[in-house]
Amino acid sequence: MAPADDPPRRLHPDRGVPDRVFRGILRGGGGLVLAIMLLVGGFLTYRAWQALSLAKWDFVTTEVWEPEGGNFGIAAVLVGTLLIAMVAILFAVPLALGTALYISEYAPPRIRQTLVSVVDLMAAVPSVVYGLWGLFYFQGHVLTLSRWISTYFGWIPLFKVDGTDPADPLSTATVYTSSTFIAGMVVSLMVAPIICSVVREVFSQAPVGEREGAYALGANRWGMIRSVVLPFGKGGMIGGTMLGLGRALGETIAVVLIISPVFVIQPHILQNGTSSVSSLIALRYGEASPLGMSALMAAGLALFLMTLVVNFAASSIVARSRSGATSDS
Amino acid sequence: MTVTAPQSPVGPPKEPAPAPTTELPGHRSGGRSTRGESRRNLSTLRATDVYAMAGAAAASLAITWVMFDRLLPFNGVLGFLVIAYVLFMGLYALLVSFDEDGPAVRDRVAAAVVQSLGLVMLAVLGFVVVYTLYEGREALPHLNFYTESMADAGPVEPLSAGGILHAIVGTLWQISIALLVCIPTGLVCAVFLNEVPGAFSRFVRTIVEAMTALPSIVAGLFIYATFILTLGFDQSGLAAALAISVMMLPIIIRASDVVIRLVPGTLREASYALGTSRWRTVWHVVLPTSRSGLTTAVILGTARGVGETSPVLLTAGFTQEFNSDPFHDPMVSLPLAAFKLVENPEPTYVARGFGTAAVLLVLVLVLFVAARVVGGRGPGKLTRRQEHRRVRTSRRDAQRFAAKAASGRPTTGPASTSPASTRSTT
Repeated sequence: MAPADDPPRRLHPDRGVPDRVFRGILRGGGGLVLAIMLLVGGFLTYRAWQALSLAKWDFVTTEVWEPEGGNFGIAAVLVGTLLIAMVAILFAVPLALGTALYISEYAPPRIRQTLVSVVDLMAAVPSVVYGLWGLFYFQGHVLTLSRWISTYFGWIPLFKVDGTDPADPLSTATVYTSSTFIAGMVVSLMVAPIICSVVREVFSQAPVGEREGAYALGANRWGMIRSVVLPFGKGGMIGGTMLGLGRALGETIAVVLIISPVFVIQPHILQNGTSSVSSLIALRYGEASPLGMSALMAAGLALFLMTLVVNFAASSIVARSRSGATSDS
Repeated sequence: MTVTAPQSPVGPPKEPAPAPTTELPGHRSGGRSTRGESRRNLSTLRATDVYAMAGAAAASLAITWVMFDRLLPFNGVLGFLVIAYVLFMGLYALLVSFDEDGPAVRDRVAAAVVQSLGLVMLAVLGFVVVYTLYEGREALPHLNFYTESMADAGPVEPLSAGGILHAIVGTLWQISIALLVCIPTGLVCAVFLNEVPGAFSRFVRTIVEAMTALPSIVAGLFIYATFILTLGFDQSGLAAALAISVMMLPIIIRASDVVIRLVPGTLREASYALGTSRWRTVWHVVLPTSRSGLTTAVILGTARGVGETSPVLLTAGFTQEFNSDPFHDPMVSLPLAAFKLVENPEPTYVARGFGTAAVLLVLVLVLFVAARVVGGRGPGKLTRRQEHRRVRTSRRDAQRFAAKAASGRPTTGPASTSPASTRSTT
C-alpha cells in the first residue's frame, strides 16, 4: 500500500543545539574522568620507570629496601602482603559466608533489613577504628591463641616461632606480638562485611521457583541450600572473595598500626615482625630521595597491578556466573 | 481476613454461587463454630530440638572445663570457647542422631554452624564499634575537646586541656573540597556512561572499574608525587582533598552508574515519544527519578572518604595547630589525628586518640543513617508525602480540565473524555 512518492523519513538523533552542547558536556565529563584515571596509571608507571630500569629483575627478588645504596626490592614486602591477605581471607570467608547465609536464609524476615544495613555500615567503618581496636584490645587477647598454635603446631614451618621455648611458662609473649597473624585477623574483620554484602546479594537472588522445587522434592532447609542456593551463588562467592582479597592487599592503616616492620622474608606468620607494600609506602615516603620516591612508586605500581588483576578476575567471574547477569558487583 | 469465594470449576453452575463475602477474624458471621479447633503451631522449632541443644551445650561446657582445669595444660578464654564450640557441635550431632536420620542431622548441624557464624561476626563487628565509643568516654565529656586544638596542650597536660577542633575543621574542609570536585564530575560521568552508549563509554566504564581497585595509599602517593613534589605546592588541606577525590571518584561513579541504570527504559521512551530533547529527558526524567539513589551514592562515598587515613597521611602533613586555610600549611583530619595521637605512649594521648576515633565513628554513623533515610527507596518510588502531593495535583488538574470543558467548549473532544487519567499515567 506504500505509495511510491512517500520517501523514508530521515531520523535525527540530534534535536538542535542544546542537545549537542549537552552531549558535548557529557562526553567532556567522561573524558575528564578517563584522563584523570589514565594520568594516575601513566604517571605511576613513568615515575617508577627510573627505579625499575636501575634495579631490573632484582626488584622482585631483593629483600632489603635501601634505595640510597641502589639496593632495593619488594620480595620481603610482597611476601608479607600476600601472607597478611591470605590470613585475612582465611578468616573472613567462613565468617562472611555464614553471615550471608544466615541473613538470606535463616534470619527472621522482620530483622533481615536491619542486619543488611548493619553489615553495610560495617563496610563503611573507617579502617583506623579497626586498627585501634586491633592494637589496644585484640592483640592482648589473641596472644594466648598464638602461643597455643605455635606450641602444638610449631612443627609446621608456617607456625614456627624462633626465640622462645614453649616449655618455659615464664617466657615472654612479646615474640608473638605485631605478627602477620594478628594483622591478618584485624584485616579480615574489615573485608568480611564487603564479602558478605556481595555474597548475600547473590544468595537472595536465587530463584524462588527452584527453592520451592527443592522443598517439594522433600529437601529440608540445608538440602535446599546445598542444591539451589550455593550452586546459584557460586560465582558471587568466588567474586566476592576476590573483591575482599583486593581490599585486603591494599589495606594500610590497620596494618601499619599493628606490625613492626622488618625487611626480610618472614614466613613464620605467628612471629613478631612482618611488612607489607602499603605500610612500606606509609613509613618511607617522607625520607625518600628522588630515586627512593621512584622506588616507592614502583612498589605502589606493583601493588596496584596486583589488586587490578584480582579485581578484574572477580568482576569477570561474577559477570559470567548465572547469578551475575543482573548483579552489579 | 479470609475471603471465602467458592469458585465453580468449569461450566455454568447449577445454582447461583453465593456472593463473595469478607470475614473479619474477630467477627465470625457464618454459623460454623470454631470451638473444636485449636490453633496449629506453624513454628519449625520443636521441643526435642531445644532439649538436644541445651544438653549438648551443658555437656560441652562441662567437658571443656574438666579438660582445662584438670587434664590438660591449656588456658585462655579464646581456646576455651573454641574447644567448647567444637565439642558442642559433635555432641549436638550425636544427640540429634538418636531420633533423626542422616539428612536431618546434617540440616540441624548446618543450621547451628551458620547461625553461630553469623552471630559471631555481627557480635565482633558490634563490639569493635562499642569498644571505640567506650574507650572514648574519657575524652568525650570534656567540652574543650571540641573547642580547642592540641597546640593548647603540652605533652603532660590532662584531658581538660587541648582538643581536636583543628582535626574537625580539617575534615570538614577536606571533605567539602573533595565533594566539590567529585559530585559534578562523578554525576556527569555516570550520566555519560548511561545516556551516550558506545565504544567510548564502555572503555571509560572499564577504566573506572579498574580504578576502584586503586589502593588508597597509592592515590595518596600519586598526589604527593605530582602536586607536592613536581608542582611544588605545600602539604596542605587542598592536597589531601585531591587525594581523597582521586579515591572517592570511582566509588561515586560506580554507585551512581548502577542507580541510573535502574531507571526504567519505558520512562525515557515516554519522554522521547513526547518529542523531548535528550538533555530535557535527562534533566526532567532520569535525574529526578534516581534522585534518592544518587544521594545515597554520594553520601556513602562521603562516608568512605571521611574515614580514609592513608591518602591524608601522605599529603596533608601533620600539625597540632589550628589551621582554617586549606591552601597553605599542614592540616590534619580526624582519622589522621586519631592515628597520630595513639602513636604517643602517653595515656592522655591514647584517650584523646580514642575520643577522636569515636567522633569520626559517630560522623560516619550519621552519614550512613542519612543515606538510609534518604535512599531507602528504589527509583521512582515516592514517600507518602510526595505521593499525597502528586495525587492532589492530579485532582486539581482534573477539576481544571472539567471546568474548562464545561465553560469553554461544551462539544465532545478528546480533552473531555477522562481528564483524570492523563495525569495519573505519566
